[in-house]
Amino acid sequence: MKRIKTYLQPEYVIERLKDRCNKCKICVRECTYNVHIYNPKRDEILSRDEYCVNCQRCVVFCPTKAIRVRKNPNTYRENYHWTEEVIRSIKQQAETGRILLTGMGCDKPHLTYWDRLLLNASQVTNPSIDPLREPIEIRTYLGKKSEHVNINYKDGGDISLETELAPQLRLETPILFAAMSFGAVNLNVHRALARAAAEYGTYFNTGEGGLHPSLYKYSDHIIIQVASGRFGVNAEYLNKGAAIEIKIGQGAKPGIGGHLPGEKVREEIAKLRMIPVGTDALSPAPHHDIYSIEDLKQLVHALKEATDYTKPVAVKIAAVHNSAAIASGIVRADADIIVLDGVRGSTGAAPKVIRDNVGIPIELALASVDKRLRDEGIRNEVSIIVSGGIRSSADVVKAIALGADAVYIGTAALVAMGCTLCQRCYTGRCPWGIATTDPEISKRIDPDVASARLKNLLQAWSMEIKEILGGMGMNAIESLRGNRLQLRAVGLNDAELKVLGVKAAGE
Amino acid sequence: MLRSVKLEGDTAIINAEYLDHKSMNRILKSMDSEGIRRVKIKNVYGIRYIGAGMKSNMDIEIYGTPGNDLGIFMDGLRITVHGNVQDGCGNTMNSGEIIVHGHGGDIVGYSMRGGAIYVRGDVGYRAGIHMKGYGDRNPVLVIGGEARDFLGEYMAGGIILILGLNMKKRMFNMRFVGSGMHGGVIYLRGRIDRLGEGVEAAEVNEEDMKIIGRLAEKFCRYFNYEMDEVMDQEFMKVIPLSHRPYGGLYTR
Amino acid sequence: MRDLSRISNPYRDDKVIDSCSLFGVIDLEGRRFPPKAPIKAMDIMSERVNGLGAGFAGYGIYPEYRDAYALHVMFMGRDAKGRTEEFLKKNLRVLMAEEMPTGKEMRDAPLIWRYFVEPKIVNDKCSEDSDNQIVECVMKVNNGIEGAYIFSSGKDMGVFKGVGYPSEIAEYFCLDEYEGYMWICHGRFPTNTPGWWGGAHPFNILDWSVAHNGELSSYGTNRNFLEMYGYRCTMQTDTEVIAYALDLLVRRHKIPIGLAAKILAPPFWNEIDSMDSKERTLYATLRQVYGGLLMNGPFSIIIARSGEMMGLADRIKLRPLTAAIKDNLLYLSSEEAAVRSVSPSLDRVWNLRGGELLIGRLRSVKTLEIPPVVGLH
Repeated sequence: MKRIKTYLQPEYVIERLKDRCNKCKICVRECTYNVHIYNPKRDEILSRDEYCVNCQRCVVFCPTKAIRVRKNPNTYRENYHWTEEVIRSIKQQAETGRILLTGMGCDKPHLTYWDRLLLNASQVTNPSIDPLREPIEIRTYLGKKSEHVNINYKDGGDISLETELAPQLRLETPILFAAMSFGAVNLNVHRALARAAAEYGTYFNTGEGGLHPSLYKYSDHIIIQVASGRFGVNAEYLNKGAAIEIKIGQGAKPGIGGHLPGEKVREEIAKLRMIPVGTDALSPAPHHDIYSIEDLKQLVHALKEATDYTKPVAVKIAAVHNSAAIASGIVRADADIIVLDGVRGSTGAAPKVIRDNVGIPIELALASVDKRLRDEGIRNEVSIIVSGGIRSSADVVKAIALGADAVYIGTAALVAMGCTLCQRCYTGRCPWGIATTDPEISKRIDPDVASARLKNLLQAWSMEIKEILGGMGMNAIESLRGNRLQLRAVGLNDAELKVLGVKAAGE
Repeated sequence: MLRSVKLEGDTAIINAEYLDHKSMNRILKSMDSEGIRRVKIKNVYGIRYIGAGMKSNMDIEIYGTPGNDLGIFMDGLRITVHGNVQDGCGNTMNSGEIIVHGHGGDIVGYSMRGGAIYVRGDVGYRAGIHMKGYGDRNPVLVIGGEARDFLGEYMAGGIILILGLNMKKRMFNMRFVGSGMHGGVIYLRGRIDRLGEGVEAAEVNEEDMKIIGRLAEKFCRYFNYEMDEVMDQEFMKVIPLSHRPYGGLYTR
Repeated sequence: MRDLSRISNPYRDDKVIDSCSLFGVIDLEGRRFPPKAPIKAMDIMSERVNGLGAGFAGYGIYPEYRDAYALHVMFMGRDAKGRTEEFLKKNLRVLMAEEMPTGKEMRDAPLIWRYFVEPKIVNDKCSEDSDNQIVECVMKVNNGIEGAYIFSSGKDMGVFKGVGYPSEIAEYFCLDEYEGYMWICHGRFPTNTPGWWGGAHPFNILDWSVAHNGELSSYGTNRNFLEMYGYRCTMQTDTEVIAYALDLLVRRHKIPIGLAAKILAPPFWNEIDSMDSKERTLYATLRQVYGGLLMNGPFSIIIARSGEMMGLADRIKLRPLTAAIKDNLLYLSSEEAAVRSVSPSLDRVWNLRGGELLIGRLRSVKTLEIPPVVGLH
């Protein structure tokens, strides 16, 4: 067959300011995609634009700020329907015959409901509270609560508690680090996440690639994940976390299994996952012991048996059309925590067509799940964590007002560590040293620095959450949970308002 | 709970008639911590998760039909079942041995990481699915009878040996064998005309026959077969074409 | 199903917002007296109210029907009375029925009747069963019969309330003709003007009466929580959720009242953390399970039930509540001045701490539990 010439033009072009560039070659060293090439014969640095993903690594590290990465001005004729992205995709597929792979979360302009929800504040009829000088509590406990508490007492006698609560996770802030597997990211990233979680009093989720033994010391702040690939899952692993999460689905790729490209499956990863080095690590689309809701109960109970009922078990699903009914089933399958991951949820690798088109916005899924569980009187039997594109403390507060107990942040945590959302995680060449298992590139994440950045983010968001709570006249976060009266919507239609259970602003 | 247990010499006899899975495992764990090494469980009808996650070298004999997920996550137990097992037997087991004197259900040995499962009779769909292996850790699933479709699907390591002992023809009737397999090996005593994608059928070599012989010997010992009966036929193997069957599926 | 909130909250606000003055007095020896002092005290605090609602709850006022439930019912429609009476006769034994004695005419006053009733089948061993029957009837009438509203349903007690200043309401209901051992009173400052008599406080269910000052920021969460347990918050007031919360915790879940107060106004987590292990587990468990009943935002409340008067303010004390003792009388009031106006010399007077429940309990002997308050050991 004849070789097909590519018609694809580079997406980005590199501009090098000659008067600033001192040919120090830092850009050559920093770029993991070999965009910058030094030609010693002519003592010049050349750019291979076609490899550039606009990750900004060279821009940030250029000591003389000599580099500009620009969108290639040679674009196709403007067309609202046949966008440049569409045209590029078609050409690429015509040239390869393959499925388009991508990383991170859906980048399409679907409505972000967080931005259409506005928060309340106290004026006159009740006072706002100043968080800098008065206590505002954001501690959160995740796990199954009882329907009621049994107290044993006789008039004038001692009081004793008869109810023993199911195991709970204690969070000093309602934010946890979302599942990112060892393999999708490297050990330095896991180290940073684990350390920040432990030091701030929250949790980091292992993802499905197992847990490196050097992180066992953070056990009290780890949620260990069991996914369909069962990588790294044994009794020891199950007992090395404070909680266990069964991953059924992921917002970035509902209905799709995991796929860790072989480039990233190096020695250590292969060993932990017990698969050949260099193979694609495949997680089946379903758990092959869960084909029905009663099978989910079976796995929940098996995990509880294996851990002597000492750990809450979470079940993570992607937000899909009938999430409310599924969530109700999850509660009845004896899970302690439901994790809902919305259409904006991220991934290290997913078919683009799935990432951008399957699943529903987390805001709508959360609202309907919380309402369904309340209508059925079982909301207290489970905690809800939401994830998928949580970008700020405002998103966190709005999520809690819509009914969440806590949120997972994945992308935001990666951005805190350096990620610029270039969406090439699957290449294993992440220039920021995050989504790579290459031992050299991984050194770019210094766990000390990265964990400090993560802790700063948690601290900043926590303070902002307290500010907002105080403004609403609340000094405990439980008073915000599901309190949709604290939300008003702008620019939404009646159906959306109804699903969200929120009034229009001004109403 | 304790009324269900009595000691005969160094063996604890558990009557499972009135036990649920929670109390069953609690009893097993307390027996184990008291140093009891042999346990017989009688009247087992459907109790799930027996031995779940137990790290122990205890020897457990089960009479009856244990429920799903027998020995899930177990680490070192030796479980002998006098009867059939249901779905998920040996699910994600880490080490130890399960010997089934009857038939097995679906997904026997799902995601096994070590140890061995011997089933005298047939097994259901997706046996040995996603078995793993690394270095010297090489889980083993030996099936005396036949298996249904998707045997060794997604297999990433380990060994499956399927003997088809009661098979009328010498041809296995199962589809999609080794579909998505990217590690490990499936040995068949007999032939197969349909395979899953990404695998190939190959001749067995001397090294393979050594492994087969070793496993067959154990099988014969457990289930009272003669070696001659088992080794009277040609063996073949199914192995992945590539360690990376989906490397060419995606574009960036 | 009738939607009471349309009457109570005509502008469809998230909830009815109002503020108020509170006053309560109990004779710990159980001696009965007319509410002269409370009426005067409420007058002193007239700055806190705007004439759009006031009410009184008197305990021990119906000794002749001590064992019957006294239903006070407002009728806003023509056939509401007929339908209600038919319903009551069908479901309960009506011992006595009469129109509420009233004084001079008041604008917009509804027709008000009272009925002394008992359940048709009385289970001697289980008074709870009778209570449940009465609660069910109250919910059915209030939600099901257009124009009828049962606003008082306890034994040997009654709520009298309406739109007007406290003195007007007292005069209208001829309260000087009643004698009770305990009176709690409320004057209201609503930010809307529903002009509906049922919207005034105290709010009552069985013999629980609650008068409340402040606004709950946690209202949405509190309501969600209570709705899971079958309550319908038809009035959309903070006071309603407090009353239901107490009913749920104390009557249904059998939580001692002192601990129930620690659910409405819990200790801070760092306080819980520093308790000894048994107490810590108790308080943490209560807060984890009943977090949805934490009453957040400013409130002070006077709660009354047979033989007991209680006062509670929110945990960071955003609303005032003063307690005072003179001989056998225990007072609770939004302002000390009001107490002084009726009892210039006091044995003791103090402001409640945030989150601490004060209980004045009627005993055959003169005992009074003061601050230690919660019998927690």
